[in-house]
Amino acid sequence: MVAWKDLMELFRNKLGLIMLVLMPIFMMSMVGFIYPSDTSISVSVALVNEDEGYSNYTSASATFIMALEKLNNSTGMMAITDASSLDEVRDMIQRGDVEGGIVIASNFTSSLMSGKQGTITIVTDQSNPQMSTLLQTALKEVFEQMGTWLAQQNVQGLSPAVNASNSLAIVKPYSVQTEGAVPGHFSYFDFIAPGIMAMTVMMSVMTGLPAAVSHEREVGTLDGMMVAPINRLAIILGKTLAQTARGLLQGTLILILAVALFGVTIHGSILLVFALLLLGVFSFVGLGVVITSFAKDQETAMMLMMTLMFPMMFLSGVFFPIQQMPWYMQGVSKFLPLTYASTALRKVMVLGADIPAITTELTILIVFGIVMTAVALPVFKRAMTR
Amino acid sequence: MIEVRNLTKNFNGLTAVDHVSFDVKKGEVFGLLGPNGAGKTTTIRMLSTLTRPTEGKATVGGHDIVKDDNEVRKLIGLVSEKIIMYDRLTAKENLWFFGRLYNIPKEVLDKSIDELLALVQLSDWKDSQVGTFSSGMRQRMNVIRALLNMPEVLFLDEPTLGLDPQSSVEVREFVRKINRENKTTIIITTHMMIEADMLCDRIGIIDHGKIVALDTSTNLKKLVSGADTTILGLEIANLTTNMIASIQSLKCVNSLSQDNSTHIKVHANGDETFDTIIDAIRAEKGKINSVENLEPTLEDVFLHITGREVRDNADQKIPLREHRHFMPRRRVR
Repeated sequence: MVAWKDLMELFRNKLGLIMLVLMPIFMMSMVGFIYPSDTSISVSVALVNEDEGYSNYTSASATFIMALEKLNNSTGMMAITDASSLDEVRDMIQRGDVEGGIVIASNFTSSLMSGKQGTITIVTDQSNPQMSTLLQTALKEVFEQMGTWLAQQNVQGLSPAVNASNSLAIVKPYSVQTEGAVPGHFSYFDFIAPGIMAMTVMMSVMTGLPAAVSHEREVGTLDGMMVAPINRLAIILGKTLAQTARGLLQGTLILILAVALFGVTIHGSILLVFALLLLGVFSFVGLGVVITSFAKDQETAMMLMMTLMFPMMFLSGVFFPIQQMPWYMQGVSKFLPLTYASTALRKVMVLGADIPAITTELTILIVFGIVMTAVALPVFKRAMTR
Repeated sequence: MIEVRNLTKNFNGLTAVDHVSFDVKKGEVFGLLGPNGAGKTTTIRMLSTLTRPTEGKATVGGHDIVKDDNEVRKLIGLVSEKIIMYDRLTAKENLWFFGRLYNIPKEVLDKSIDELLALVQLSDWKDSQVGTFSSGMRQRMNVIRALLNMPEVLFLDEPTLGLDPQSSVEVREFVRKINRENKTTIIITTHMMIEADMLCDRIGIIDHGKIVALDTSTNLKKLVSGADTTILGLEIANLTTNMIASIQSLKCVNSLSQDNSTHIKVHANGDETFDTIIDAIRAEKGKINSVENLEPTLEDVFLHITGREVRDNADQKIPLREHRHFMPRRRVR
């Protein structure tokens, strides 16, 4: 009954309903687009070829540029502009026309021809560390390929036993290739969608419950329920049910959005995803009830929730992988149930994991849920009969 | 029906209700009268099981309010100071929801909702959201909500607070009707003397958490008039401060209050007070337009017992909490 009433109220609240739909969209697009995924951007780079050649022979720099363009064509990583000098490149960076520059020194070919090292300077924009890192990585790869190619030529020249097919193996005996556990292309959305889903559903229980109860307490309608001969737990249970339904609705919306708009693919079973969300709700209900019992008015409830929500959001690996955090922060995140919920969900959605693969997370969530509920019930009963 | 023995409630060291004892008979309308903060609401909340007493005990219909709280809840209806209605639900949905909380069978509930709505002339509004109702309509809804389970005891906490005079009269008449027709025992709190006088069979005057007097309205008034007090309402066309001072200086006059520029009210003791006062006014060349020999009101009773006037202008509680909204929000960076 209480759940029915709460849901009716929710659906009557037009603005609230719109916000309910908009919130996950904002969430997804915001965090999804703020963080660059490697392929989606292109760095504009200025190229300066100062190479004077070696007795009218400029092939070394030409080969380099060719290799650079070849790599660029396959990845679309850079937009290359021509420039005349290092100073011009600096100017362009300052004006914001380009984000980096490559300068081939005037003695590039001559040094190479005379058996010395050829110098190439990378000019980076220090005001944008992320871009400059990206540029350095990209160019390093080009140089690596160039170097390999040159070495191959040199080795071939040294020994007649070496031919084109095995020269690469001599210069670079190891070949490293990366492959994901699951085939397919992954973007930041794949990483973030499960986390946001877990977060939204669980937050709706943790924040929605205290907000709803303390609001009713303030308005006075809670007395109407309290004065009726029904079990006190039925009230909180009904409220939880309504909030869970709301949370799941939002979670489903995020899922649909993630798949439809952001091209996220789900590798595990959808049923398991929902089961996990429900389990997450269970583990959070206790916490929600405890906050409900302590917060006497809505404002206090809000403050309490905010204090708990922010660390949870950032420390549970929803936005950033936990492994990137310093050890003490990782320690904190180990105590947050959201960490396990989002990890488990990610494993299922991204890696297609089944139940045995997420036993640890499941156990922790269940235990946390039971402990919190055990704490919450007596606290709630006492709070309700003040 | 209701027995209250030494009921006490402390809030963080503050005693809101201090060893209160009284009985309410079946079918009686019992009033708790007192200024805001006297402990009326707390008493009602304890009797309706919403708050646990710190000390003492009370029974409603023979059930202990602490041990058998669920039995008590089945017997009672509560009309609280706040409107217990969900703004976004329609009148019917609201009543349906609260009715279902009492496990009333669907067919019975459906019928009684229609009857109750008709009783307060809200049948035409049954599918409108309560949020769109006027405060008079909301309060009528609030009252019939408490009647859904056919309570044997009905608690009304300031049922006319903040209502216009016409709506107040409607609510009062409705309360009398319920009492007459259903033989419902009613406990009503109010700070308005007229209301208590009109509705209640017996009145308990409560002040600072204690019941200072408990009797029928007539008997309470006798407390004042029994001490051969005369209360005169005088309208004097050319009332001056000198005149007031000379009346106050009379030996027989207990107190004098000025209602407006021409009207005064005089409490006086002893024989021939009437002549003495009239003579005093004549001596100051006052023109008396009219003289009334007033019956003591409960106002006078309260004054007589507590030595203070009821702060009747405190019709609405000061909304302290609201002030916060006007504070500029700090910007989060």
